[in-house]
Amino acid sequence: MTNLMITTYLVVGATFALYLYIAVKSRAKNTGEFYVAGKGVHPVLNGMATGADWMSAASFISMAGMLAMGGYDASAYLMGWTGGYCLLAMLLAPYLRKYGKFTVPEFIGDRFYSQTARFVAILCLIIASLTYVIGQMKGIGVAFSRFMEMPFDVGLFIGMAIVFVYAVLGGMKGVTYTQIAQYVVLIFAYTIPAIFISIQLTGNPLPQLGLGSTLTGSEGVYLLDKLDKIVVDLGFTAYTAQKGSTLNIFLLTMSLMIGTAGLPHVITRFFTVPKVKDARSSAGWALVFIAILYTTAPAVGAMARLNLTNTIQTGEIGSPEGNLSIEERPQWMLNWEKTGLLSFEDKNGDGKIQYYSDNGLTSAETDLAKALKDGGDVTAAQAKVDTATAKHAESKFAGFGWKGNEMDKIDNDIMVLANPEIAKLPNWVIALVAAGGIAAALSTAAGLLLAISSAISHDLLKGMIAKNIDDKTELMAGRIAMAGAILVAGYLGLNPPGFAAQVVALAFGLAASSIFPAIMMGIFVKRMNSAGAICGMLAGIGSTLLYIFWYKGFMFIASTAMAPDNAANWLYGISPGSFGAVGALINFAVAFAVSSFTKPPPEHIQHLIEDIRVPSGAGAAQSH
Amino acid sequence: MEKNMNNAQKYWQANIRLVIGCLLVWFIVSFGCGILFVNQLNAFRLGGYQLGFWFAQQGSIYIFVALIFFYAWRMNQLDRKFNVEEA
Repeated sequence: MTNLMITTYLVVGATFALYLYIAVKSRAKNTGEFYVAGKGVHPVLNGMATGADWMSAASFISMAGMLAMGGYDASAYLMGWTGGYCLLAMLLAPYLRKYGKFTVPEFIGDRFYSQTARFVAILCLIIASLTYVIGQMKGIGVAFSRFMEMPFDVGLFIGMAIVFVYAVLGGMKGVTYTQIAQYVVLIFAYTIPAIFISIQLTGNPLPQLGLGSTLTGSEGVYLLDKLDKIVVDLGFTAYTAQKGSTLNIFLLTMSLMIGTAGLPHVITRFFTVPKVKDARSSAGWALVFIAILYTTAPAVGAMARLNLTNTIQTGEIGSPEGNLSIEERPQWMLNWEKTGLLSFEDKNGDGKIQYYSDNGLTSAETDLAKALKDGGDVTAAQAKVDTATAKHAESKFAGFGWKGNEMDKIDNDIMVLANPEIAKLPNWVIALVAAGGIAAALSTAAGLLLAISSAISHDLLKGMIAKNIDDKTELMAGRIAMAGAILVAGYLGLNPPGFAAQVVALAFGLAASSIFPAIMMGIFVKRMNSAGAICGMLAGIGSTLLYIFWYKGFMFIASTAMAPDNAANWLYGISPGSFGAVGALINFAVAFAVSSFTKPPPEHIQHLIEDIRVPSGAGAAQSH
Repeated sequence: MEKNMNNAQKYWQANIRLVIGCLLVWFIVSFGCGILFVNQLNAFRLGGYQLGFWFAQQGSIYIFVALIFFYAWRMNQLDRKFNVEEA
């Protein structure tokens, strides 16, 4: 075993010991502790737990890479995944806390005085959370296999076992305190390499400022200007320039914001604070802790792109000495080639690597190879290759003897995973990144699993099937539901359905088009009745699912897609991932239309709404 | 009872006004500065950042944070003013 491996095992092992210690210390004694940690979590600590709950394997491992490759266009994710907290703080969290119950479907069922509404909410919650959790389980397995050289499934089993201990024993109470520890681990793991890299490139220790600073030894050239110039010289679009359509970026941002505010595992976190005013400030703290990572990520992304480009394009573009010699490529490239995240092919046989934009030639060739292998439309794929080849032949790059981009694969994840090695940081930092990635995946998985198990034991069992069970039985049912949810999630992580990559769009689309509008109208529109809310939710989910399935295939079976999934075919250029905002709009419109010609809600519901709108009165008495 | 109702309604109106004001800022810094007018703002600079790009990748997030704390602070004031604080 190498030194690095030993360090990694020690650091990751230490974090696991900490999580287990917390698990033993914070066992849940009743359903109140199991579902909402007894409503006794300090708002700042809840903010931290929310940060870990929210920031998933995707935020930690993949987002910087999305920024590095997407440039300005990936801003939609930054704004979308943070701006949602404004909606949560001002439109949902304080009122739901005042209501004082345990779950999101419970509120929807009570407010719309309808078991049907509750059932629809349970369904949306389970589909959204379950699809989201698959990605986390995969993240755990991937982190183990890449950093600790363990088989994927062994890593997954270890992760499941850890979550099992603290989530089954402690419920929300155990999850909350481990999430706080996990936040600390993941934020150090993310920011320390970023600080080192920022110092190396710009001399500024704060990555947020480093990104706007001049490069060291460059006599006043700003980092972003340099990056723009270098990528444009290599044929790419400028890093800071917009590539996609404004409408699509707008709607994607909006969908992610509304979806964030509507994701049940995040909403539930605000049920755990003692008071209404704590729910307001806690959302602010959550965003502080999230913003530390989300404002660092753009710096990590841009700096990684610059480092990567400089590593390969070592000198003047077009000169024979300008590119990295394959023989002399750095150790980190060798390391990550083994994982399949990085690969290259010396197409022109010059013993050097060229990384540039070749007018889509490489991607067209990949598509052709795929079509030949899987029996797709070979003629169309061949035509695309011919067009790209002709375009490339006219470009300046052909004059240099280049025959296509030679970096076949640069996985987004590599920007974070390989960062410490690219920056030549010590072993303990690499080990910390491993622990951070695992913490990010575990914390989000636990939050999602808790939302699923509460929906099953509290809403489905206690609320609909067996209303008379006592607290102890319900607590046991909650633990069993949690164990079951972990097993299902583990199974799906091991055998991910083909659509695993698409599910994030689905989870956000569902949350945005069903849960968020239903809760918001429940609080802000007194006249909204059960018929309106139910029809609205169904129309919202229905239209969003239809739009996603239209381009991705029904149940994500690609062959059943009704139209190719690209900008030319999308309705007004709206990508399936951006449709949630439109679905929400449809939900609102249908709900208002239906409620306007059906009976207004009964009087006791009107009182209920008046009650949740003010912080004072009966708040404590409502918690069972 | 009637007077009490009026108080609650006034409180709710003040709340709605505050929320609309905050969400207006929320919309302007993200969708306005970061998306719709990003190219116009990119003509200006903030250090090494083009201004529109800065709003999209940094500024909007800082303002979101400030906005939530401002909202929480103002709401606490309103709670006291209308005497609807939690016990």
